[in-house]
Amino acid sequence: MPALALKGITKRFGALVANDDISLDLDRGEVLALLGENGAGKSTLVSILFGHYRADAGRIEVFGAPLPPGNPRAALDAGIGMVHQHFTLADNLSVLDNLMLGTEPLWSWRSARGAARAALLDSAQRFGLQVNPDALVAELSVGERQRVEILKALVPLGRRKGARILILDEPTAVLTPAEAESLFETLHQLVAQGLSVIFISHKLDEVLRVSQRVAVLRAGRLVATLATAEADKTRLAELMVGRSVDAPQRRARAAGDVVCELNGAVVRAAGRRDVLAAVNLALRGGEIFAISGVAGNGQQALADVLFGLRALDAGSVTLRGSVMRARPRDWVAAGVARIPEDRQAVGVVGDLALWENVILERYATPAFASAGVLRRATAMAQAALLIRRFDVRGAEGRGADMPTRALSGGNMQKLILGRELAGDPTQHQAPSLIVADQPTWGLDIGAVAYVHQQLLDACAQGAAVLVISEDLEEIFALADRIAVMHHGHLSEARPAAQWTLAQIGLAMAGGQAGGPDGGSTGEAASEPDHAH
Amino acid sequence: MIGETLELLFSVPFWVAVLRIATPLILGTLGVLLCERAGVLNLGIEGIMVAGAFTGWLTVYQGGGLWAGVAVAAGTGAALGLLHGFLTVTLSLSQHVSGLGLTLFATSVASYAYRVSFPKVDSPPTIEPFADMAWLPLPVLNAQTPLTLLALALVPLIGYLLYRTPAGLAVRTVGENPAAAEGQGIDVAAVRIASVAAGSALMGVAGAFLTLAAFNAFYFNMVNGRGWVCVALVVFASWRPGKALLGALLFGVFDALQLRLQQSGGSLFGVDVAYQFYLMLPYVLSIAALVVMARRAAYPQALMKPYRKGER
Amino acid sequence: MHIERRAEVSRVAQLAAPFGAIAFTLLASSLLVAWAGAPVGQAYALLIEGGFGTLFAWSETLTRAIPLILTGLAATVAFKARLFNIGAEGQLYAGALAAVAVGGLHGGSGFALTPWLLFPLMMLAAALAGALLLLGPALLKSRLGVDEVVTTLLLNFIVLLFVSMMLDGVMKDPTAMGWPQSVVLQDGLQLERLIPRTRLHTGLLWALVLAVLLWALFKHTTTGFEIRAVGANARAAAFAGMPVGWVTVKVALLSGALAGLAGAIEVAGRAGYVTLDMSPGYGYTGIVIAMLAALHPLGVVAAAVFVAGILVGADSMSRAVNVPTYIADVIVSVSLLAMLVATMLAQYRLRWR
Repeated sequence: MPALALKGITKRFGALVANDDISLDLDRGEVLALLGENGAGKSTLVSILFGHYRADAGRIEVFGAPLPPGNPRAALDAGIGMVHQHFTLADNLSVLDNLMLGTEPLWSWRSARGAARAALLDSAQRFGLQVNPDALVAELSVGERQRVEILKALVPLGRRKGARILILDEPTAVLTPAEAESLFETLHQLVAQGLSVIFISHKLDEVLRVSQRVAVLRAGRLVATLATAEADKTRLAELMVGRSVDAPQRRARAAGDVVCELNGAVVRAAGRRDVLAAVNLALRGGEIFAISGVAGNGQQALADVLFGLRALDAGSVTLRGSVMRARPRDWVAAGVARIPEDRQAVGVVGDLALWENVILERYATPAFASAGVLRRATAMAQAALLIRRFDVRGAEGRGADMPTRALSGGNMQKLILGRELAGDPTQHQAPSLIVADQPTWGLDIGAVAYVHQQLLDACAQGAAVLVISEDLEEIFALADRIAVMHHGHLSEARPAAQWTLAQIGLAMAGGQAGGPDGGSTGEAASEPDHAH
Repeated sequence: MIGETLELLFSVPFWVAVLRIATPLILGTLGVLLCERAGVLNLGIEGIMVAGAFTGWLTVYQGGGLWAGVAVAAGTGAALGLLHGFLTVTLSLSQHVSGLGLTLFATSVASYAYRVSFPKVDSPPTIEPFADMAWLPLPVLNAQTPLTLLALALVPLIGYLLYRTPAGLAVRTVGENPAAAEGQGIDVAAVRIASVAAGSALMGVAGAFLTLAAFNAFYFNMVNGRGWVCVALVVFASWRPGKALLGALLFGVFDALQLRLQQSGGSLFGVDVAYQFYLMLPYVLSIAALVVMARRAAYPQALMKPYRKGER
Repeated sequence: MHIERRAEVSRVAQLAAPFGAIAFTLLASSLLVAWAGAPVGQAYALLIEGGFGTLFAWSETLTRAIPLILTGLAATVAFKARLFNIGAEGQLYAGALAAVAVGGLHGGSGFALTPWLLFPLMMLAAALAGALLLLGPALLKSRLGVDEVVTTLLLNFIVLLFVSMMLDGVMKDPTAMGWPQSVVLQDGLQLERLIPRTRLHTGLLWALVLAVLLWALFKHTTTGFEIRAVGANARAAAFAGMPVGWVTVKVALLSGALAGLAGAIEVAGRAGYVTLDMSPGYGYTGIVIAMLAALHPLGVVAAAVFVAGILVGADSMSRAVNVPTYIADVIVSVSLLAMLVATMLAQYRLRWR
């Protein structure tokens, strides 16, 4: 009998069908990869499994026994454990507290902390996952937090029996290649001890590496289940997307003049290691410079400096030779296109209309205002123009007046791109520098291709482009030169052709190609894990 | 001048006054603490205290026992807390607006009910309040009512509840990271609403103290901003019960001091100051406490953030 | 039980929401009226008649609405920027005190300037007093993260005590017997009646003009745009280059000034002097009005007239029938909560499990 059997699961949110009649089996002792791009329905399916949502139709059986729907407690009792993509740990509580949550009945007057501590240390030993029970989660590194998440699912404690089925949701999103390797090792060990695993990912390499079978979801439907041995990247990509995907068009070009320079840039943090440690960077026109690295190694600070949000504590940042201050307006006026990582929380004001977000940066310039009064008509016209030119969908009904939060992620990013690349409508000038921070995070393949093409086109027209990304596939697809950030240090920048995956992985972990701490495992982050 | 003040600070009557003033603040602050630890701001406290004061007093006036009055006040508070919980947790309405609306609602309904029950009275009808616990062999405490003892006992009790029981862990987690709690099968909404109800029950008892122990009748405006002071004290206490007691006592000290100075017509360092200045001091100090603690405040991270089930 | 966003939000539902809320309010309040032993239908009829039935009733209602419009606008500006100004009551009194300080007789030693100069000066002083009072808590919030709800609330008590101190001392009217009141405004500074033999004064025009100006500010100006953006998402506004700290200061000054003007206009339009009970909670009611109007400046006018009508009507009703005047506050608070629930239910539905 399979460990898990999903039969005919369907779930709708209003008009959207997130899961459409999905039937799937998970065999005992296997690693099943659940593959699909963002929005395909993977998270919804797993949330239903775990009891966060109730399916509109269908049922679930765990080791043959039916699972009561809509009840996380029932899922836990049945032996289903989940390691979420965004860690569900309370920062201000200790590891032990986080682990003990939900293991004892709420009415009891006593709490068996000693026994819990012993069980935790025992399991940690058995699975090879070291943790300190009394550390506050806020003090842990990202890798350590993930270990706590996994232990939470596995440790038998109180009335929690320890998972027999483990679901991992995009677990390597925040890990270095080396850490990811070690995670895969752990998984092999767990499976050898009888666990069944569902591994959710959109990264084809990992899926091929770690799983025995692959289930592919597309637009809410299960389109294929195949043995990993019979699959290859192209086949999987086509199944995910439903059509063949072309790599974006690239043309060879020579790099132009230096547009932006960082010299000995230092950003300090109180009582901790410098967030940016003497970074030197030169961005040239007509070239795409990519910065790789695990989240939390200083990329946020670097992006913030180039966005004009953060001042340097030492060193300088110049744009075409002039020293720039930490004033976003200066950067905008200087023709810098800025694409922030968190488009919903930072890139747009969701409650404002599309046209208002289009003028968000330039509302006070003569183009869109005179004597303190907004030129609404001009602004709306510009918005309509950008919506057409940058293929922003979803505004058909109400036009530029609709609230921006109603746009999907991809369309929101296109709007932001349009605003940034179009710049000041009275000065028909393309931006000279484009700073893009995780520009395709959370987007479906179509939108990813669009964004990449826009960046490449802008670069072909002479702009200097900086792309900060955790996605190595994206980096290799776009970059002319690549550098790696680790612990606030930027490695030397080499042409893309001169980097191998192994070298980049090493640099991300602080190895010889990176900073001074050669050979360390590169665990502790010097910045809090930014929420996606 | 200094000698006089020191003498005052060590005198028994002074501390008797301090404890009396502090008791409703202890209860109210513990109540706000419970709500906020679970992530819910409850600005209805001022109104809940008025309602508790009224219903507690009315119960006794109608012939019920004093402890019955306390129970009714607690029940009134819990009921209002359930309403606030429903509005803010289930319906995800703004916690600020719901709380302020609740204060206005509870105050006006209580005042209305009082007026309807006692249409034309020159002086408010009185009841026999709690008697001092003269049988206690301890000084200062033997001039207090049992409600003060209850308040003092609740401090370590709530501390134990929050830090040593599974329920307390659930409450704290729900206030820090509701997704974490839900992932362990805990019903976030239920825990939040229950915490708000429990906290509001304490607020109701705080109000009842005013009519059943401190005074013996119900006056309009008797709460007079004490509820807001409790909200400030919770920040000062960094959401810990022990510090809440400290804050309430500190406030009591300054308030009692101010009363003494008023009564003795005292001058502050030789300058004649109007009595209103002394009355201002407690409020000014509350603001000062907030400013001082602002930098170091360890806010429950999910405070005032509504949580939609399954939303990430 | 939890809420779930509706697939389609019908316009009908959205428009019907306020009326549903009012209907529920009247139903709930009628229970209280019945409890007082008064005939419900007659009581409500008296209420409506007392607030809106005659020209005189309208004049009373509109008079009461003037400070409510202004404090409502004050709350609207602040809340739109997510600055929860609960201190309008104190700012109102501060404005009133500043007005008499500048424009008062002071026993003959007041400013000897022509009313053409003194009146605007007086209004400016009132606006400034209210503005500065809110600036403190606003800066504490933006620099130190101190919750402005509690600081503005506590300041109300402090200001009221300060006013009491002034009324007992420096600004006391030496000729008045009985309750403490302040020096009286000079002749020529008081506002004229709009309708003779009523209490309705030209302050109404001021309030209406300010409402329209505020509406225009939000819709058409860069400042209004900044305020809306910062209130909706301060992080994104900062990223876009908006001066968030400066915007917060502007909002605080504007909101406090409006509340201060409410105090000054009350003084200049009604008694001509300040007393401790000149405001039966206008500052707090203003918040309710702002919420009822969904933070729309023109809606504030309508909401203020509505609330004022209820307050005036309840006064007159309670004189005729044995219903305590507190019913007015009950109606206002229930209508606020009902309004919030109704607008929420228009967009979401309640699901059991």
